Amino acid sequence: MRYLWRLLPLAFILLMAGCGKQNLSALDPQGPVAAAQFDLIKLSLTIMIIVIVVVFAIYLFVIIRFRERPGDTHIPKQVHGNKALEVVWTVIPIILLLFLAVPNVMQTFTLAEVEDTEDSVRIVVTAHQFWWEFEYPEYDVVAGQDMYIPTNTRINIELEASDVIHSFWVPALAGKQDNVPGITNEMWLEAPEEGVYQGRCTELCGEGHWLMDFQVIAVDPDTFETWAQNMATTDDDVEEETTVAVEGREVFEQNCISCHAVGGEGGNMGPNLTNFGEREVVAGFLEYNDENIADFIRYPQEKKPGSLMQAFPQITDEEMDALIDYLDSLKVLD
Amino acid sequence: MSNTNAQTKSVVWDWLTTVDHKKIGIMYLVAGAFFFALGGFEAILMRIQLMFPEATFLPAQTFNELLTMHGTTMIFLAAMPILFGLMNYIVPLQIGARDVAFPFLNSLGFWLFLFGGILLNLSWFFGGAPDAGWTAYVPLSSEYSGTGIDYYVLGLQISGAGTLIGGINFLVTIINMRAPGMSMMRMPLFTWSTFVASTLILFAFPALTIGLLLLMLERIFGATYFAVASGGNVVIWQHLFWIFGHPEVYILILPAFGIFSEIIATFSKKRLFGYSAMVFATLLIGFLGFMVWAHHMFTVGMGPIANSIFAVATMAIAVPTGIKIFNWLFTMWGGRIQFTTANLFALGFIPSFVMGGVTGIMLATSAANYQFHDTYFVVAHFHYVIIGGVVLGIFGGAFYWWPRMFGYRLNETLGKIFFWMFLFGFHLTFFVQHFLGLMGMPRRVASYLPGQGLDEMNLISTIGAFLMGVAFIIFVVNIFVSMKNKETSGDPWDGRTLEWTIPSPTPEYNFAQTPLVRDVDALWYEKYEGEGSMKAAEPLGDIHMPNGSILPVIISLGLFIASFGFIYHDDGWTWVAIVGLVITFGSMFVRSIKEDHGYHIPVDEIKKGGK
Repeated sequence: MRYLWRLLPLAFILLMAGCGKQNLSALDPQGPVAAAQFDLIKLSLTIMIIVIVVVFAIYLFVIIRFRERPGDTHIPKQVHGNKALEVVWTVIPIILLLFLAVPNVMQTFTLAEVEDTEDSVRIVVTAHQFWWEFEYPEYDVVAGQDMYIPTNTRINIELEASDVIHSFWVPALAGKQDNVPGITNEMWLEAPEEGVYQGRCTELCGEGHWLMDFQVIAVDPDTFETWAQNMATTDDDVEEETTVAVEGREVFEQNCISCHAVGGEGGNMGPNLTNFGEREVVAGFLEYNDENIADFIRYPQEKKPGSLMQAFPQITDEEMDALIDYLDSLKVLD
Repeated sequence: MSNTNAQTKSVVWDWLTTVDHKKIGIMYLVAGAFFFALGGFEAILMRIQLMFPEATFLPAQTFNELLTMHGTTMIFLAAMPILFGLMNYIVPLQIGARDVAFPFLNSLGFWLFLFGGILLNLSWFFGGAPDAGWTAYVPLSSEYSGTGIDYYVLGLQISGAGTLIGGINFLVTIINMRAPGMSMMRMPLFTWSTFVASTLILFAFPALTIGLLLLMLERIFGATYFAVASGGNVVIWQHLFWIFGHPEVYILILPAFGIFSEIIATFSKKRLFGYSAMVFATLLIGFLGFMVWAHHMFTVGMGPIANSIFAVATMAIAVPTGIKIFNWLFTMWGGRIQFTTANLFALGFIPSFVMGGVTGIMLATSAANYQFHDTYFVVAHFHYVIIGGVVLGIFGGAFYWWPRMFGYRLNETLGKIFFWMFLFGFHLTFFVQHFLGLMGMPRRVASYLPGQGLDEMNLISTIGAFLMGVAFIIFVVNIFVSMKNKETSGDPWDGRTLEWTIPSPTPEYNFAQTPLVRDVDALWYEKYEGEGSMKAAEPLGDIHMPNGSILPVIISLGLFIASFGFIYHDDGWTWVAIVGLVITFGSMFVRSIKEDHGYHIPVDEIKKGGK
């Protein structure tokens, strides 16, 4: 029975681990940073469950043992206190906290070590209302919404913001750091496994805050190199496969290019669309299909409240089909 | 009726002009309860929206306004004023005083709070409520929000001035107006915690005042303290806000701790275990409360050194808090615990607050905080400490002091139904939110997408919120149903402290004769060690009372009017600001030159025991 008590925190943690969606939950870490943080969460929870068990046990004993029984009118002894007990419940918590404080300080410093090495990849993440921009200075690449990273590589991240404060969070890979206007923050993360990890903004940033999602896409290093090279190649040779897509490109150049860049051309008011055709989701959260793309282009605020994108209700169905064909064709990985 | 300065007042005029700490206390309670209901309604609306994924019950903008107003209302306009109401009514009685030190200022503090609160809430009708969260982080609140934030800035500035005035008043009252024999170390714990909370107000609120002033200058007069493009810094706001904001948490919880200390001792029929340790722990919590503000900002990029220091300092607060918890448990140990509704709230508080406390330590773990921060885990944590601590304290205090304040007892059966439903609803609402946060749900989201494993727990949370809402309605019903149960005894609970030594209803002058205090639990000592009733420290005589005044209302009204002038000064309303300020400063001038010596209640009338 005594051993069972000791297992209680463990059982609770096991129950907790694996909760939620795998590529989203902080309780199912997919990289070393999130794993270190989850270890600290487990350590703190274990210590805290010990505290809870002790307090609750005394509490239950007291309220059952010393409850007023019917007919009981005795006046209890008016005890002033007990110095030894005061010392006990001062010192024991201090010791318990040291078990948590020391590993925490060590981890806090480890997580703050952001240094470039030969293999590391640096990404400048700029948050905007309500989308994400990922710049790869070593590759001269700018991408929007999808953050491609090579697996098993240390990713050093610089965080910036163009308007209000945002916060960069990929729970399965690493805890968050804030994107603060005027200040550059740094963090690092690593993903051992290929996969798509959900990221989102966690600092209230306006109307579209709740939809300011992005994806971190971890691919093997070779694929990443290809991706980066192709993204960097300026792009007159993006080949449209159909004539419809050629028409679509015209529509794009008339309406979209002042804000959205493809290859090296175009504005930077909105996300870079060079690899749009490879997105899994539109605008960070909508399923990638023709209908959603068309709706978002025509009425972006209906899909994402507060979106700063201009609405294009005037684009005809024909033009839209062409445009979507063109957007579909924007791929850098084959 | 006084015959030396007989004034026949209408009821309304009487309440508008009163400087009696008991009436002001009741006004704080009524206004606070109104705002509590309003804030609760806002919470219910948000929980309806979050009941199902991608709900369209509320537009995102409205949701952001609701989350801002819910937090701001609950902290500034509900929790603090209700505690101020209890402090106002009870503290002078607990220390054997006839009023607070500055009755006029006491009234001014209340009216400033009320007008500030009304101003803030009027934003709903004039262009939308503030929408940047109760923390109003710049630049979202400076360059990216509408006039709602102007109402936030000015409303909080005005009500904050009221709070500061109230805090100073309590400090002076507690230092100067204790009855003979009541040394600091014989003060009841509620008075002690009021003293410490007022000290925190004195040091914390100026930081908010400065922050709000800078934000006001930036928004209304084009200054650029926080504008990055002009060399401003946005993080400064967060520091100013949390240098206020963290002590604010203790301003709320310490008085609740005080209430529980009174309730637990009374209903265990035992002296508080470790009185001096309790006092010391309260002081230590208050002191450490100023050393930990940056734990709200671990992710803002302060660097590992600052993060580590603030993490360790925050963990240190757990020690004095633990001391308090164990002393409460050992107060009950060996006692005769009575399960009155008031005590049920105290007993419900201990496990609930411990759960909020341990998640506080988890949050203080800076490296792990990067995962917790700004998620529903934080929402769960602070609701556990604020509802599990402050709100349960307020309700416990209400049931405990109700006979003292209103001359009747609340119905115990309805009270217990209310307690259990509220407690169950509270845990149902917030326990699951710990997991929601860790599973990837950020706080302050207007909705969430389906298929992320968040749906069920959000539904459960909403059901819990409804239970809390229904429970509160039962409480309100209880207030009216119980009115006929007049309490004739001044000491319904076999109390221990001075507020139970006077007749019910409480006379206007509180104590016919100032009592002589001979122990920590002054009344208990006289009942069980002395002759059964308090010894008097003075002969019966005429009692000097302050006159009422309408000026506090007018001073506050002037600032209220001026605020509109500031908010709309671009539309040519500057003259309104001038008119408002003239009213305010004019009334202050009148107050300064007008002689007012108060009046006396003659000894004959005191002998009759009448008002």
